[in-house]
Amino acid sequence: MIKAILIFNNHGKPRLSKFYEHYSEDTEQQIIRETFHLVSKRDENVCNFLEGGILIGGSDNKLIYRHYATLYFVFCVDSSESELGILDLIQVFVETLDKCFENVCELDLIFHVDKVHYILGEMVMGGMVLETNMNEIITQVDSQNKMEKSEMVLLHLKVLPYSSAMVLSKCAPTVSGHSPGIHPNLAPVQSWPA
Amino acid sequence: MALKIVKGSIDRMFDKNLQDLVRGIRNHKEDEAKYISTCIDEIKQELKQDNIAVKANAVCKLTYLQMLGYDVSWAAFNIVEVMSSSKFTFKRIGYLAASQCFHEGTDVIMLTTNQIRKDLSSPNQYDTGVALTGLSCFVTPDLARDLANDIMTLMSHTKPYIRKKAVLIMYKVFLKYPESLRPAFPRLKEKLEDPDPGVQSAAVNVICELARRNPKNYLSLAPLFFKLMTSSTNNWVLIKIIKLFGALTPLEPRLGKKLIEPLTNLIHSTSAMSLLYECVNTVIAVLISLSSGMPNHSASIQLCVQKLRILIEDSDQNCEPSVNACMKYLGLLAMSKILKTHPKSVQSHKDLILQCLDDKDESIRLRALDLLYGMVSKKNLMEIVKKLMLHVDKAEGTTYRDELLTKIIDICSQSNYQYITNFEWYISILVELTRLEGTRHGHLIASQMLDVAIRVKAIRGFAVAQMATLLDNAHLLTGNTQRNGICEVLYAAAWICGEFSEHLEDPKQTLEAMLRPKVATLPGHIQAVYVQNAAKLFATVLRSQESTPDTTAAQETSQLMIDRLPLFVQSANLEVQERASCILQLVKYIQKLQQKEVEVAEEVTALFAGELNPVAPKAQKKVPIPDGLDLDAWINEPPSESESEDEKPKAVFAKEEPKHTRSRHSEVDEKELARRREARKQEQANNPFYIKASPSSQKVYQDTPGVEHIPVVQIDLSVPLKVPGMPLSDQYLKMEEDRRQKEKDEKKKKEKKRKREKRARGRHVDSGPESEEDITPAHHVDIVTEEMPENALPSDEDEKDPNDPHKALDIDLDKPLTDSEKLPTRTHRSADVLKSPGGDGDGVSITGEPKKKTRKEKKEKKKAKDKERTRSAEDKKTKKKHKHDPEEEEANIHEVVTLVKADETQSTEPLPPSVSAGASDLDFWLTSDAAPSAIQEAVAATNTEMPTDADLGEVKDMEPEETKSKHKKKKLKKEKEEMEKKKKKKRHHHHRSDRGEAESVQNGTMEEDDEEPLPPMSNYCLLAENAYVKMVYDIQGNLQDGSQVVVSIIFQNMSSSFLKSMEFNVLDSLNSKLQRPEGATPHDGLTVPFQLPPGVSNEARFVFSVQSIVMPQKLKGTLTFIVKSDDSSTHEKLDFKLHFTCTSYLITTPCYSDAYAKLLESGELKSSSLKLEGVTMPFHHLLARICFHHHFSVVERIDSCASMYSRSIQGHHVCLLVKTAAETVSIDAKCDELMLLENVLEEIKQTFSQS
Repeated sequence: MIKAILIFNNHGKPRLSKFYEHYSEDTEQQIIRETFHLVSKRDENVCNFLEGGILIGGSDNKLIYRHYATLYFVFCVDSSESELGILDLIQVFVETLDKCFENVCELDLIFHVDKVHYILGEMVMGGMVLETNMNEIITQVDSQNKMEKSEMVLLHLKVLPYSSAMVLSKCAPTVSGHSPGIHPNLAPVQSWPA
Repeated sequence: MALKIVKGSIDRMFDKNLQDLVRGIRNHKEDEAKYISTCIDEIKQELKQDNIAVKANAVCKLTYLQMLGYDVSWAAFNIVEVMSSSKFTFKRIGYLAASQCFHEGTDVIMLTTNQIRKDLSSPNQYDTGVALTGLSCFVTPDLARDLANDIMTLMSHTKPYIRKKAVLIMYKVFLKYPESLRPAFPRLKEKLEDPDPGVQSAAVNVICELARRNPKNYLSLAPLFFKLMTSSTNNWVLIKIIKLFGALTPLEPRLGKKLIEPLTNLIHSTSAMSLLYECVNTVIAVLISLSSGMPNHSASIQLCVQKLRILIEDSDQNCEPSVNACMKYLGLLAMSKILKTHPKSVQSHKDLILQCLDDKDESIRLRALDLLYGMVSKKNLMEIVKKLMLHVDKAEGTTYRDELLTKIIDICSQSNYQYITNFEWYISILVELTRLEGTRHGHLIASQMLDVAIRVKAIRGFAVAQMATLLDNAHLLTGNTQRNGICEVLYAAAWICGEFSEHLEDPKQTLEAMLRPKVATLPGHIQAVYVQNAAKLFATVLRSQESTPDTTAAQETSQLMIDRLPLFVQSANLEVQERASCILQLVKYIQKLQQKEVEVAEEVTALFAGELNPVAPKAQKKVPIPDGLDLDAWINEPPSESESEDEKPKAVFAKEEPKHTRSRHSEVDEKELARRREARKQEQANNPFYIKASPSSQKVYQDTPGVEHIPVVQIDLSVPLKVPGMPLSDQYLKMEEDRRQKEKDEKKKKEKKRKREKRARGRHVDSGPESEEDITPAHHVDIVTEEMPENALPSDEDEKDPNDPHKALDIDLDKPLTDSEKLPTRTHRSADVLKSPGGDGDGVSITGEPKKKTRKEKKEKKKAKDKERTRSAEDKKTKKKHKHDPEEEEANIHEVVTLVKADETQSTEPLPPSVSAGASDLDFWLTSDAAPSAIQEAVAATNTEMPTDADLGEVKDMEPEETKSKHKKKKLKKEKEEMEKKKKKKRHHHHRSDRGEAESVQNGTMEEDDEEPLPPMSNYCLLAENAYVKMVYDIQGNLQDGSQVVVSIIFQNMSSSFLKSMEFNVLDSLNSKLQRPEGATPHDGLTVPFQLPPGVSNEARFVFSVQSIVMPQKLKGTLTFIVKSDDSSTHEKLDFKLHFTCTSYLITTPCYSDAYAKLLESGELKSSSLKLEGVTMPFHHLLARICFHHHFSVVERIDSCASMYSRSIQGHHVCLLVKTAAETVSIDAKCDELMLLENVLEEIKQTFSQS
């Protein structure tokens, strides 16, 4: 079982949090902070597995993470999951994001966290892996987005989360506010043999 | 008004959407919290509007804020509103928000049940999809119970997208509502072979997750998983299966043997590192399970360890460093698995593990630490701990250091201090550990100190000295307020010094140290111990001082107490205050006595007389309940009904748990208890480290001081007990080495002597390097075992966590389902039957095996019950029939047996590694190396054996051949039972024949003496056929509902393309209607709940309601479907005519001959008759045909005359008297509905004219 999936940046700002067990909001923030603390102090060349998170821990659980440019993708899993399998899954997740957002960068995740959730929902459901085939995931996400678009057109509404989002992502670099070290691409910091 | 609306919509245009919110937050870096609170106010306004789009937008923003840590549970109701929107866009937003912030405590969840049910059955697959995804995150026991049936139906949905989600969510449903596991399991199992790989993977996922917690219940699935493993190409599925096998092999070593080959193949063929690693892991598990108890296998384990070593130490230059680090980590992880069962194999790689402790990666260091735990021995404990102590000093970061600390203590204290040879060394280590800054584990060190000091009597003197030093230097420990954790050791130190004060060199000094004003800054519970133990020390000091002539010293001590104690009396901590004031008054009283020159020391000491013995933590729980004491009985009258009902059930459950365990305990009889106690005593007596505290055994020990105890004296002399500063454990290491060297030398001398003596006799095997047993403890050590109550009940029950949700899922899945286990359903009955072809209805079989069993069981029961009645009926009716020849019957048995055998062979042959394989089939699968061929062999063997054993007795006496497997024996036994059953059956003549069951057809032939078996029969007749699809159908009445018939249609794909989206529709007549789900119009078709890959056939059932059943009728219908080939897909249709015969309204119903006679005598029945000419088939075939095709049962048969009975779904009785004479069969029939009867007769006529 996957217990939680967290994405945060190099500064510990959460970009996505998905807990498959209930925690209070405060505990969730504490877990994110603690996980960031544990993960961020590790060298680039050490292994991608981590034991000993106290809050979400328990002896059975471990953190499996990968670091891409400005973002950490962390999966907290128990012993029923294969360590290397989860690493592959993170790769699939990132590649799917890359396909869905066309050259994904941190800003995409910042502004479209809901969309990231929907993509994740096609991969992992209730803590269990639903689909690992990238094409299948993208097909389902696309056809749901298409459906949404047609509904919006019918409604003639001004609230257009995605269509306006599309425009936004194109002008992303001009968004005010600080944007430290945003890479045009989320190039993986470590490359991993398929 | 109009203006207002326009204004409203313009306002809405300027509503912030999620992107605006995010941008705003980023622009308000300085006052983020303030900005967000204004945003939340805006959101609250938006939620008040009626426009669902505005609401959805607000909820979307809330979801983002939730991630930032804001509590949004106040909007739960609005979330439900958005969830129930008809637009997918909003629905999705609502479900996402719900999945992020709903949980079991959210009260609005109960409002969602119907909405979710509606979404689950939505025609739009994505509505269903989001509902399932959302539900997976917030499913509660109530939701699980209410929706289990709906979700189960979705498991057979036409869209794989829905199927896979429904399958996956079932795991969550099982967890919350364990009762659903058994009814849902057959279908879950079915999904393992779903044509869609995604669904298959989901099913594997769920079963693996279930099996991980209760592996033994899933052992019977091993053959199926084995098949999947060898056929699947999905790495994710393979990994899961292989991990599952890793969990199953310890339960069934034979499984391991089967696995090795395919696993090795995978290892060679796969390029995915993740799969490779899991294969290796499972191979290790297999080897472990195979080699436990078999020394010759440990060579392969050795090999594995060596390979892992390469993984750990080699770094591939072509790979990323992090990849190498990952492999190193996983190598260590795998090694720890081997360590558990084969510690020796791993121990030889100690160097490597210790080397890993220096790795810069903390994860790897932690793994190495884990391994060290299992690698210590008496020989290397000191050395390893020394290494660890070095790391403690070097370690940066408290987490890792704390981990080191706990590991050191774990390593030393494991299995009752098994590896410690010198406890002085251990105490020194503990004292050294107190120097750690900022550790959280002060209490751990403290409890170790206490444990050792209490249980190892020999060490008390040393321990007390060390503790006194600690108390003296307490300021070092408490100097920094940040180091609160470590001051826990002072608790232990104070207690040890007080309790064992007789060992103190200078108790007065320690007393002073304990009464320092600084002590008041310690935590309350430690101060309390200080005060109490100061009193103990005081008593000791008094005694020593009173023995000297100088009385002033004693009075000075009292004065010291009186001076210092008031500080504690003022303590804010109640415990400290109470103890201090109590002791202060006591000391004041003593002082008064002292001034009168009364000797008080004896009396004061008596306050603390007696020794405290260690008590096991579980001791209280293990005290058996005396007879006649009912802990669950109310002491006072139970509270009246009027009290709040919410709390009551809770209390009931809390009480129930212990009651169960207790009652189980009491079942263990006294004898067994005595035996266990004796065994335990034996074990303890044989183990030098389990010396009992009883004085007798101690004496024995002291009376016989072995040679090996001599060095003790030397060491005691050489260790400066009073170490001025802190002790150095290193000294002990050195000393230990010297001591062992000496011992070795001595031993060698002895051995040489022995060798010389022995050489004359024969070859002597050198014992090699120093073994564990050679190391003797440095001390004469008693490790006092913890006390348990006299008649404690040994049990491991209490180890399990009662809160584990998986405990409830420990359910036997091979048992057949009972009616009471059906899932609660609210959907319309017919819809349910329609949608679940493998459903849970009575006549609908889910899997072959368990269902068959139930049917058989039922039949058996019925027969047994009938027997009595039949006999009495037979007696009455002797005039009508011939007397049976018992001998003739006896002879028949053989015939019957061979028939049954043939039947069995038929049914087992195509099945071998089948889904429905029960436990015995698993045995079979496991014992055979190549499953199918072995089964065929076995079948052949049983075939050749059986017919020769005409006599039952012979079967019994027959000696099993030595090569025969256990299983065969089992099978023989089964068959023997079977024969006996048949024999019983034969006593009475009528029997119920089951439609569609070849077996029951043969039952019909049982009464024939020596006639050839029946040709196979089938009731399925062709409905329609074209190039793509062939439909055959059978119609059966529904026993429960007088107006329903079930049409079973087998769809067979005749083409080489994939058939999907099959829709079944008929044109209803006034009399007969197809049952459609609620809300559907009479023109809507029904979706066939499956797709057909080329060449595959599957059965679907449709329910029709009928009003009048006296006339046969025909319904026109169409099947539409999509033919999908590689490059194109076409829409096709097939018309058909569904023929409802009158026969199809009849239900095979048994009737007893007395009831039958009464029925005929009642005169209410109308009669008709039929003559068939030129019937050449044997009479019993004729009867069997009528039984089979027309749903009759034979009531009685005498020679060439038989009475038969059947009943319509609306309760009409149909009676036949069939007589045969020279190729002419005459049937006289009676029925309460003449029209029905004539139609039935007409149909019977047709049946025989066709053949």
